[in-house]
Amino acid sequence: MKTTETPAPLPAESGSGIPVTKVDLPTGKRPKGREKEGNVLNVFSHGILVIWAVMVVLPLLWAVMTSFKDDGSIFGSPWSLPDKLHFDNWSRAWTQANMSDYFLNTVLVVGGSLVGTLVLGSMAAYVLARFDFPGNRFIYYLFVGGMSFPIMLALVPLFYVVNNMGLLNSIHGLILVYIAYSLPFTVFFLTAFFRTLPTSVAEAAFVDGASHSRTFFQIMVPMAKPGLISVGIFNFLGQWNQYMLPTVLNTDPDKHVLTQGLVQLAVSQGYKGDWSGLFAGLVMAMLPVLAAYVVFQRQVVQGLTAGALK
Amino acid sequence: MQHGKYRFVVGFLALPLGLYALFVVWPFVQSIYYSFTDWTGLSPEFKMVGLDNYRRMLDDDIFWKSLQHSLMFALVLPVVTIGLALFFAFMINVGGRGRKGGPVVSGVRGSSFYKIVYFFPQVLSIAIVSLLFAFAYNPDSGAINSFLRGIGLDGVQPLWLGDPDLALWCVMAVLVWSTVGFFVVLFSAGMASIPADLYEAALLDGAGRAATFFRVTLPLLWDTVQSGWVYMGILALGAESFAVVQIMTTGPGGPDYSTTVMVLYVYQKAFRDGQAAYATTIGVALLVVTLAFAAVVMRLGRRERLEY
Repeated sequence: MKTTETPAPLPAESGSGIPVTKVDLPTGKRPKGREKEGNVLNVFSHGILVIWAVMVVLPLLWAVMTSFKDDGSIFGSPWSLPDKLHFDNWSRAWTQANMSDYFLNTVLVVGGSLVGTLVLGSMAAYVLARFDFPGNRFIYYLFVGGMSFPIMLALVPLFYVVNNMGLLNSIHGLILVYIAYSLPFTVFFLTAFFRTLPTSVAEAAFVDGASHSRTFFQIMVPMAKPGLISVGIFNFLGQWNQYMLPTVLNTDPDKHVLTQGLVQLAVSQGYKGDWSGLFAGLVMAMLPVLAAYVVFQRQVVQGLTAGALK
Repeated sequence: MQHGKYRFVVGFLALPLGLYALFVVWPFVQSIYYSFTDWTGLSPEFKMVGLDNYRRMLDDDIFWKSLQHSLMFALVLPVVTIGLALFFAFMINVGGRGRKGGPVVSGVRGSSFYKIVYFFPQVLSIAIVSLLFAFAYNPDSGAINSFLRGIGLDGVQPLWLGDPDLALWCVMAVLVWSTVGFFVVLFSAGMASIPADLYEAALLDGAGRAATFFRVTLPLLWDTVQSGWVYMGILALGAESFAVVQIMTTGPGGPDYSTTVMVLYVYQKAFRDGQAAYATTIGVALLVVTLAFAAVVMRLGRRERLEY
């Protein structure tokens, strides 16, 4: 419900019985003491809001700034501005520290699993939302139950399942596992979404002779676009930022994704000492998602919060 | 709509369900079975040992430490995070008052800016956030200690992650930092759907900010707070805490196991020490803790559902 919609009328017997209409309270009529207290509170609460905003932004700005400094001043004076902009940090990270490879691996893995998650998730959700068959509820709860289980418990046997299939340390193996672990939320979200779509359109298409699968791909999927975008963004962020699954299933350095590549780099930097390059890599991995967030802010927020609000 | 229905249902469900069963459900079932064996994970041979692993777990000091830390994560983190988020969301959506000519109920100035900025950490990988803060916490050359030096607090130079008493709090602070924004936005969406005339009525009756929050906003938002609570708890017990602890604290989990959490312990037993069966036993304990947590929160939080 949005506030712009007509709010449900308050039952007259509730409260004091005074008809409540939109009243702009004239501030001047407030008792003086109240107003003063309000101002102190205002300063106080504004201050806290500002402090938290600074606490959020400062570490990020600090990382960007540090990525342009040389190793000496990173440790000597962490808060000073760079003496000059060391762009070589960035190029060194991109080429020598393998950031370009990690980037490519991440794009491949996330691209593949995102498409797979959306296709398979929407197929399962459509069937579960629209068709009555024995076991429907059981399969639905089997999927949804996966949301609350600790992944770590399954990881040990999963390692051997993936290993036995010869999929360890491979991009496509990682894609399949990502899809499997993204299905619980995707099915949960999209099942609810498909239920809200009108049945009449699908029925009309079916009467016109379209098969079930044709009805799904040509009628239902286009109608479900807003839901697919929301859940797609949710999965994109989750899969782009995934750390636990690749750490366990993908130990070949050539196949590393961004997050594990960076952590690996940070560990080995203890011996090599190219901290400025590492910071450049960190910022490089941060910027695309931050930029995407700023541009698609509304959709990202809707995508991430829609599920929890249902 | 009946023609070819079952063929279609089977055709559409086969692939997603198969993938899910193979990579998610089957490993879960297996791990419970493995917890009754002496499987090392390195060789295919193992035999049943009954409850030996469970007995060993009860005698394992590090297990109890990790359980304690995980419980801290599940109890303290949601309280702090959701508390902060409720305060911010209330200020952002309802806190602005007495502006002339404006609507009675509105957020403070710049509220949309706050909402955007607070959400930043949420889109970043927890692995990257952990790396960043590991640098900031560095006792000699990290940003935090050199900031303290800079404002004249030379005497205050904690070891942060190197101090067994501080390390766990440092790690938890990072998780608070990275998740508050999500809940601010979540609660803001919930608050936006509360009808404005309820606030107007409260205002006419002379309710201050605190009263408005506890009598109007919180009860109407309760469902959202509760599901957020469960969500945060599951995160704090699982994937998120693994990344922060594994990346930020070195070796066995901070000095003297001071930050070891259950997920990290499962990982180390399975993939570092070659004790796969024992690892799954701890994993089962983690599952029990997670389910118990969710059940307790849902039970304690049950209230009469308010319609509006």
